[in-house]
Amino acid sequence: MLKQTVLNAAHRAMGARMVDFGGWDMPVNYGSQIEEHHAVRTNCGMFDVSHMCPVDVVGADCRAFLSRLVANDVAKLKVSGKALYAAMLNEAGGVIDDLIIYFLTETRFRIVVNAGTAEKDLAWMQAKVAEWKLDVTITQRRDGANALGIIAVQGPNARAKVWEVLPQAKAAIADLKPFFAAEVDQYFIASTGYTGEDGYEIMLPAGEAEAMWNKLNASGVAPCGLGARDTLRLEAGMNLYGQDMDETVSPLDAGLAWTVSLNTERDFVGKAALTAAGQQKQFLGLVLLDKGVLRGHQKAITAQGEGEITSGSFSPTLQQSIALARLPLGVQVGDEVEVDIRGKLLKAKVVKPVFARNGKAVI
Amino acid sequence: MSNVPANLKYAASHEWMLLNADGSVTVGITDHAQEALGDLVFVELPEVGAHFDAEKEIAVVESVKAAADVYAPIAGTVTEVNQAAADAPESVNQDAYAAWLFKMTPDNVADLDKMLDAAAYQAVADAA
Repeated sequence: MLKQTVLNAAHRAMGARMVDFGGWDMPVNYGSQIEEHHAVRTNCGMFDVSHMCPVDVVGADCRAFLSRLVANDVAKLKVSGKALYAAMLNEAGGVIDDLIIYFLTETRFRIVVNAGTAEKDLAWMQAKVAEWKLDVTITQRRDGANALGIIAVQGPNARAKVWEVLPQAKAAIADLKPFFAAEVDQYFIASTGYTGEDGYEIMLPAGEAEAMWNKLNASGVAPCGLGARDTLRLEAGMNLYGQDMDETVSPLDAGLAWTVSLNTERDFVGKAALTAAGQQKQFLGLVLLDKGVLRGHQKAITAQGEGEITSGSFSPTLQQSIALARLPLGVQVGDEVEVDIRGKLLKAKVVKPVFARNGKAVI
Repeated sequence: MSNVPANLKYAASHEWMLLNADGSVTVGITDHAQEALGDLVFVELPEVGAHFDAEKEIAVVESVKAAADVYAPIAGTVTEVNQAAADAPESVNQDAYAAWLFKMTPDNVADLDKMLDAAAYQAVADAA
């Protein structure tokens, strides 16, 4: 039996094509994935991401707990509302999950973790609280009486559309810089996202999600499926957990070195392993020069040895196939490599792993 | 509900076939298949003159979402390919029965009789 978000009936009513997404019955598109993709790059679209799991971290030792829990440094969270993208590692330095931490007060933080990893993440966090004997309470907010729905509204017109639907929140959220959040009544509104466009992610009581979804739609926000979400995040060069990294992959080999804070006294789970191993691979972008489509697990053949594509698809913005790939050290941006697609070697160019953001191609 | 024209034959692997007056068979993917795949962005066609046994991979259609093999529904030799479909993969989404992929001369035209009719294929599509 597939799990459903609180918006399941709303998706069906809007003609969504539903698929099994890691055990969740989710909309992959509402007709055309490419049109939904362009809607987000040029206007605005909305995504149901209620399958992701908000986790409230409450107690006197929140900051000490998070400081040891993740590879990024929560000391960077100085202003209430600030958000931080971080990887939670195992002792071997592999990525248990990537997540966003929102700093609210010294005794209250909120984390949002991936859908498919939520149970293991919660178990890991609970175990660490017990092991480190800290005053921290971990509470999931995806299921049960206090469940939250999450709607991501993304695109150049996303902010204006949300102000229209939530005028009472406008004063608090209008000037949010990227990667901040504000709480307004029962709404938790963050200027975060997974598309490379401006916009908000709105958490709200699950029972209110459908009304909000329909109001946004009535104001002209296009419903978008997880298909478009994937091509948008790929163009923006954002990692997908389970594809671009997992428990066997170091964040240093997955393009996440910018989220790993190694140069302070602070200790965190996985630090010793990362320090010992260093960077083994580099995470770069590929643009296919021949016709075809790059996909995860295809082999990339470079002058420095073999690499592997971790995510690939067709880029609706660039109108050609793009990929994120784990390549040997020494490969340079601008190099030409070959990718094995069904036994044929096709030419691809190595680029920085950001293809399009804010409505424009950036390569 | 997808479109399943009554005048065509079908394979359970979601190809349609049309027997032409000259004895050749035109092959494409069904409306159900294009809908399941979503926006097509790449079509790889077989070589003209190549022979394929039944159920062998003969072409590839890729959507934004995934790559899917197209199988030779019956044994035969490729006589023509539709380059227009390869040049504009979205044409298959627009009309899967107009945007054919290739034509073949069947080894044994009676093989067509073993393929699904529209009602039988509709049942396959509904169960998918």
